[in-house]
Amino acid sequence: MSAAGTKAAGGSQGGRFARFIDWVDERFPLTAMMKEHVTEYYAAKSFNAWYVFGVLALLVLILQVVTGIYLTMSYKPSAEDAFASVEYIMRDVDWGWLIRYMHSTGASAFFIVVYLHMFRALMYGSYKSPRELLWVIGMLIYVALMAQAFTGYLLPWGQMSYWGAQVIVSLFGAVPVIGDAIVEWIRGDYFISDITLNRFFALHVIAVPLALMILAVVHILALHTTGSLNPDGIEIKKTKGPDGIPLDGVAFHPFHTAKDLVAIIIFAIAFCAVVFFAPEMGGYFLEHANFEPANMLKTPPHIAPVWYFTPFYAILRAVPSKGWGAFLMAMAIVMLFLLPWLDRCKVKSIRYRGWSYKIALTTFTVSFLALGFLGMQPVTPVFVYAARLFGVLYFAFFLLMPLYTARERTKPVPDRVVYHGHH
Amino acid sequence: MSEEASVSRRRFLAVATSVTGAVGLAMTAAPFIASFRPSARAQALGAPVEVDISKLETGSMVRVQWRGQPVWILKRSKEMLELLGNHGDKLRDPDSMESIQPAYAANATRSIRPEILVVIGTCTHLGCAPIEKLQPADAELGADWPGGFFCPCHGSKFDLAGRVYAGVPAPTNLVVPPYRFVGDTMIIVGEDTGASA
Amino acid sequence: MNRRLQSGLVAVTGLIAVLVLGPAFASGGGTLNDVANNDIRNIPSLQRGAGNFVNYCSGCHSAKYVRYNQLARDLQMSEDQVVNNLMFAAAKSTETMEIAMRPDDAERWFGLVPPDLSLIARSRGPDYLYNFLRSFYLDPSRFTGVNNLMLPGASMPHVLATLQGTQRAIFREAEVNGTVQHVFDRFEQVSPGTMTPAEYDEFVRDTVNFLDYIGEPVKQKRQSLGILVMAFLVVFLVLAYLLKREIWRDVR
Repeated sequence: MSAAGTKAAGGSQGGRFARFIDWVDERFPLTAMMKEHVTEYYAAKSFNAWYVFGVLALLVLILQVVTGIYLTMSYKPSAEDAFASVEYIMRDVDWGWLIRYMHSTGASAFFIVVYLHMFRALMYGSYKSPRELLWVIGMLIYVALMAQAFTGYLLPWGQMSYWGAQVIVSLFGAVPVIGDAIVEWIRGDYFISDITLNRFFALHVIAVPLALMILAVVHILALHTTGSLNPDGIEIKKTKGPDGIPLDGVAFHPFHTAKDLVAIIIFAIAFCAVVFFAPEMGGYFLEHANFEPANMLKTPPHIAPVWYFTPFYAILRAVPSKGWGAFLMAMAIVMLFLLPWLDRCKVKSIRYRGWSYKIALTTFTVSFLALGFLGMQPVTPVFVYAARLFGVLYFAFFLLMPLYTARERTKPVPDRVVYHGHH
Repeated sequence: MSEEASVSRRRFLAVATSVTGAVGLAMTAAPFIASFRPSARAQALGAPVEVDISKLETGSMVRVQWRGQPVWILKRSKEMLELLGNHGDKLRDPDSMESIQPAYAANATRSIRPEILVVIGTCTHLGCAPIEKLQPADAELGADWPGGFFCPCHGSKFDLAGRVYAGVPAPTNLVVPPYRFVGDTMIIVGEDTGASA
Repeated sequence: MNRRLQSGLVAVTGLIAVLVLGPAFASGGGTLNDVANNDIRNIPSLQRGAGNFVNYCSGCHSAKYVRYNQLARDLQMSEDQVVNNLMFAAAKSTETMEIAMRPDDAERWFGLVPPDLSLIARSRGPDYLYNFLRSFYLDPSRFTGVNNLMLPGASMPHVLATLQGTQRAIFREAEVNGTVQHVFDRFEQVSPGTMTPAEYDEFVRDTVNFLDYIGEPVKQKRQSLGILVMAFLVVFLVLAYLLKREIWRDVR
């Protein structure tokens, strides 16, 4: 193929470089790894736009790590100095404002691309056998990401940081018997204090990012074991040419990398539009009340978590019991882990699945968005009823899945991927 | 399109995209690199320092801090100034040719006003703080010691103009920071009129 | 069931609405809804606002994250102008706009520490501030003699009363959620100030403009840099897209 061709040409030209690579290869499987994961990793040529979000998630992870390291250089994790040190970054450090806005926008961007990435999996059945473990690892990344977002949000030590942490930490109090002890243990104090801030800082800059990066590598290794799925939900490994290369696959590099680069630039345009023209994003990415330093005597009139938590927050508030509310909120996430075993349909892609799954997925998506909206709103009777309705629909998607997927009226799945060429 | 034209077009696009990408990466990296510079707060803390020398007695010195460094302000007596000319042969850089000082202090007394010496009190060897031995004929430094500064770390010696002796580790004379006088009794360290620097 | 359906509909339309409008600033029962219409690119307005701030606000309120020398740069003033016109409380132009009043004194006098105003425009929004500074009204029940429509029970005295004069709030009775409530109707001038209402509005607009600017001094630079970044990315996108199309020519 052309990728291999250019590689060979490059090797024969740069004799000294090639010898250096040989030297390395005798000591470390560099070329073998490049082949396995980049130049000879084959993925379907029929990928559509939904398949760019994995690469974008990796990009945002790198962005968050780099900007995070730079913020750490000027941030002070103490109740006394935290708020002022963020303003120090915003005003006194050269370009500190840019680095901080990249990081705060990156947090929301991370969730946007991860949610779209997960939705892609729901559409095309990327969680199904043999990719159950891949899905579970991805879910672990999602949970780690939530932990990362939550611990990070406390660090600016603004009103929303403080009271958001207060509310979410109190959730653990709903655990029977040992709840209060857990809450105290998490805070390390009798209230959200300097001590809590200090340990959240440690978790946010070392523990969770380390876990995230390891999980990301494991996720990619698992993906490269099963191979990437495609919009038709067909295993391209089943149809190989005489050279052993899947007939419907093209090498990750240069084909998918060229495509991903286009996606990355489009993402960068959207990302920079927020960073440079609307870093607060109207209060969704940086909440207005967080420009006021934490005040433990005064709760802001309207507490809402940042948008990416609101679907689960809405479920929490819809239940008129602290224990059950927290339980259902946790179950809403646990359900996602179970997805590969709840779905009993053999057909993977929504293109060939029956109407029942299409309706169910649409209902689920609307419910998730509606819950996200409701989680931002003040508690009024109408909104509570709406949250209950959508909460029920959310759980119905999962709990009824074994029923409505067991005898689904599916369409015949073709042997080869549908590819119309590029436009 | 012929095969050849296609190949050259492809090569052009690959190079153009790579170069643009590299430029983009470099421009992204620039703010991160620039963020290492002293911040506005560091600059504020490193702002020029005003020193009132109206109470400074002849033959004594004060220490002030500027940008985290000790700055010595010594009011030299007539005798001290006279002694400066006598030991030129024992110095490494008697005319301050290789040393750091503003142009207005590149003279025999290394100062704007002959009697007032302003130097950074950090040994030019490895940054220790020399001790003042202002009186001539010191017990440790010998009978011919004309008065000056002695660095206890590695034995470097400086005279009362901050000039380094030959045969000691320190390579150059003590650094004279930028400074200027406001009226008769006020010195601003860290700032000069700019024109003479 | 019907009500549930209705709620769902409300929620879905609301979802669209909220994405368009964005969440409102949390305001404590405001009833004036005028728009500040300030412009941080208007340098003379910022200069006037800085003067207003220093003369009327900085007796009690600090802006402790704002440096005088940055003000000088952004407001196109020389350091001398800043030192002579704005710097009453600081010794050096590299210092920040701190105040001399000690927090515990403030608490004794006003019952609370007057907040630092560096970020007030970011937490409250310029419109809120514009309305707040125009809605002090006489209320003998308050220890300051005035109350504020935007922040009922405010501890802040009407420090701009000499400029605006004093006004009375006229309330009318109206039905809210089935209860009879006093609802703000209009203001009525009681004694004139040294400024006409239009002049006073302009004065407040300049002041709010200044507060808006100090909330994020880098805002203008951020936006103008953003345009360059966008232009670069569009060029990059075109090249990358052409390259992608070229490479994918090989795929059949």
